[in-house]
Amino acid sequence: MGQKFRQFIDNFGYTRIVIILFLFVLLVSAFALELQIKSLLSGILIRTGMNLLLTLAMVPSIQSGTGLNFGLPVGILCGVVGAVLSIAMNLTGGQAFFAANVIGVLLAVVAGYVYGLLLNRVKNQEMLIGTYAGFSVVSGMCMFWILAPFRSPKMIWPYGGRGLRVTVSLEDTFGGILNKFLFRPYKWIDIPWGLLGYVLIFCLFIWLFSRSKTGIAMQTVGSNPRFAEAAGISIDGMRIVGTILSTVLGAMGILVYAQSYGFLQLYTAPLYMAFPAVAAILIGGATVHKASITHVIIGTFLFQALLVVALPVTNAVLPEGNLSEVVRIIISNGIILYALTRIGGGD
Amino acid sequence: MNKPIIQLVDICKEYYGNQVLKKVNVSVRPGEVHALVGENGAGKSTLMNILFGMAVIHNTGGFSGQVFFDGEKVDITSPKEAMDKGIGMVHQEFMLLPGFTITENIKLNREITKHNVISKILGEKMKSLDMESMRKDARKALDTLGLDIYEMLSVEGLPVGHKQFIEIAREIDKTNVRLLVFDEPTAVLTEIEAELFLKAVKKLASTGIAILFITHRLNEVMRVADNITILRDGEVVGKLAREEASVEKMARLMVGRKIDRIQKTEKKSNGSIDENILEIKNLKVNMPGERVKDVSLEVKKGEILGIGGLAGHGKIGIANGVMGLYPSSGEVVFNGDKIKLNNPKDALSKGMAFVSEDRRGVGLLLEESIEKNIALTAMQVQGKFLKRIAGINFALTWKIRAHARKIIKELDIRCTGPEQITRRLSGGNQQKICIARAISLEPELLFVSEPTRGIDVGAKKIVIDLLLKLNQEMGMTIIITSSELAELRSICDRIAIIYDGKLEGVLPPDADDTDFGLMMAGGHGKAKEVS
Repeated sequence: MGQKFRQFIDNFGYTRIVIILFLFVLLVSAFALELQIKSLLSGILIRTGMNLLLTLAMVPSIQSGTGLNFGLPVGILCGVVGAVLSIAMNLTGGQAFFAANVIGVLLAVVAGYVYGLLLNRVKNQEMLIGTYAGFSVVSGMCMFWILAPFRSPKMIWPYGGRGLRVTVSLEDTFGGILNKFLFRPYKWIDIPWGLLGYVLIFCLFIWLFSRSKTGIAMQTVGSNPRFAEAAGISIDGMRIVGTILSTVLGAMGILVYAQSYGFLQLYTAPLYMAFPAVAAILIGGATVHKASITHVIIGTFLFQALLVVALPVTNAVLPEGNLSEVVRIIISNGIILYALTRIGGGD
Repeated sequence: MNKPIIQLVDICKEYYGNQVLKKVNVSVRPGEVHALVGENGAGKSTLMNILFGMAVIHNTGGFSGQVFFDGEKVDITSPKEAMDKGIGMVHQEFMLLPGFTITENIKLNREITKHNVISKILGEKMKSLDMESMRKDARKALDTLGLDIYEMLSVEGLPVGHKQFIEIAREIDKTNVRLLVFDEPTAVLTEIEAELFLKAVKKLASTGIAILFITHRLNEVMRVADNITILRDGEVVGKLAREEASVEKMARLMVGRKIDRIQKTEKKSNGSIDENILEIKNLKVNMPGERVKDVSLEVKKGEILGIGGLAGHGKIGIANGVMGLYPSSGEVVFNGDKIKLNNPKDALSKGMAFVSEDRRGVGLLLEESIEKNIALTAMQVQGKFLKRIAGINFALTWKIRAHARKIIKELDIRCTGPEQITRRLSGGNQQKICIARAISLEPELLFVSEPTRGIDVGAKKIVIDLLLKLNQEMGMTIIITSSELAELRSICDRIAIIYDGKLEGVLPPDADDTDFGLMMAGGHGKAKEVS
């Protein structure tokens, strides 16, 4: 019995069990505190959907051997620029979302290629270099947001002057476009079918890709570069493919995130966006060398569920002013920290 | 006659049931240069590990037999103890700090110190270095070796030969040193450096230090050794005094006759037997530790060619170079087509395949399934097991699985099924998977490096039989690179011997032991060549 139990834990992953137990404790206390369970559950689904593509972006980079993509802000910025341009073109609704995606993806292909070239020069240090490459690009783009010659009143400061606002509302353009699509309220939970369907389609794409010749070559490079070389696979080439894919998913991911959030965040907002995605996939059971779609879905769900439930629970327990905000920061960064300690392999 | 300083009596050692030393006796007297000669794997290193009380010996169940040092029975349990007793070792790889001067390296951890103001208050640890006396000591050690070099130079950037001398100087500077062990000291030296080195060894011996000299350069043995012990397969097969020794004699003893030639059925002839399938011209391969300096070789269609030679002489580099895994230059013509060097894909797609000597490093995806390991190269290079849907090539899982099942059956791979990951398989079964992947390419020419390294005896035979079968039934040309000469001689049609990165000669498998021994030890020109 003990043996079997241990084996079960080993198979399922210690990290995941710890997180699930924590989540369970939070849910029970939410129930005991008589919080609105329905809004919590619905919130979990929406937050999982809006973050899923950003987590999914980790998969190609892990599979191609560049590790966790801490340079995700590179892709995120491509998506943001796409959105800004689509607003500047005065597009609305589906057209705006589509245009933002097309522009974002095009930029991400180029940026991912360049970023891939950089990563090929710093093998074995991708994650550290990636973190700072991300930071640098975000800072560089801050200048762009100030200097960019956009004139759309939706984006510049209401009192005029130079530069774009820190947060641009998407209410008139594509805010909530996926969240509202096929949104169905039920008795116990509201399910955003459109949002979930949209992100799951991309999971399916990545899964199919991992079954293709190129996908398999990319995974081979990640799992044993010397083997890959002996099999006639171009190591550098496959690493670039992985980085481009990851960057593209980052660009598309931020657009899904932004439409759900309702705002486009410029300037330093993308700075730390890689960390929740990294934490989510690690909690899901991935390692620096191995990641799958299952890891993405489980990880994103668990991570976001924790955040969604933890906030109202701490609010109810500690109503004093901004103490709950402090606790929220401790919890979300605590989960990230815990996930990062599992970086070498959670299961 | 003075008493021996060190006596190893009836030393036996086994690793996991594998007897690597059988009742070995060696003794060395003060002032004697004693050479220990043998092929790779003859047991020389194990013997030295025992002498130095290395942990690896104790962790694997210890050894039996006795060690006498200076007439007393001793039980050396750590290298530190060996050093305290006065046994010094000069390593094959240099253990020097590049940024430090020669003097500092020689006196490392044995620095001469003197008191200063602070040390008088704060104690011993704060004493400053007495550079002047250290210099003098270093100078003395260097002079003993006859090395004319300024002792305050930084070690960084010195030629290899000098580094070797500094390593020795460090040992002889230890005042108590009574026995010095040299482990293949001349392997990295140029001829002139080696010459100097041999002189220094003689000079050292004349001061009364006993010297144990491990090498397989037979000419050097003849130059400096007073006595010679020859090991083969863990047994002492000869003890010679210099007067009675000759290079030929040592070579013969070293290689020995231990061949059981597998009887071959007559080969199906595939076209003209004299047709060359592969021509290698002036191949140079920059593979660390196995550098190929200039090899030209022709391989005939349908033959099994063996590539032999001692470790570090470049035999491994040839296959790796032709297959594009290490930077190489020269010309390789396969079936009349020039192969692009440094491009594995080109070599693979033209019909050559390679089973690497580094099974776990290059040969396998350890965390992946057997079927993926088998199918991967054929899929990537030849587009097998793929179907094009909407412009994307998808892998056909069922086709891969069927292929894997077939091959698992054919090669008798012991596993729980095609989905098992390869890490947990035994060495023999892993090797079969590497071969399975190579033959999934249906190559005309197969390179196999060290096919039986690290696998047990039973599996060795199966692997060798498999290669033979591929050659005879499918007409595949096979080039086997192996450190085990006996293995090559049992199945090859011809055997090329590589020495110092160059082709020393090509011999038939039934050639004399002496010829093999001589060629492997670089006795160029003395052996008859055949081709």
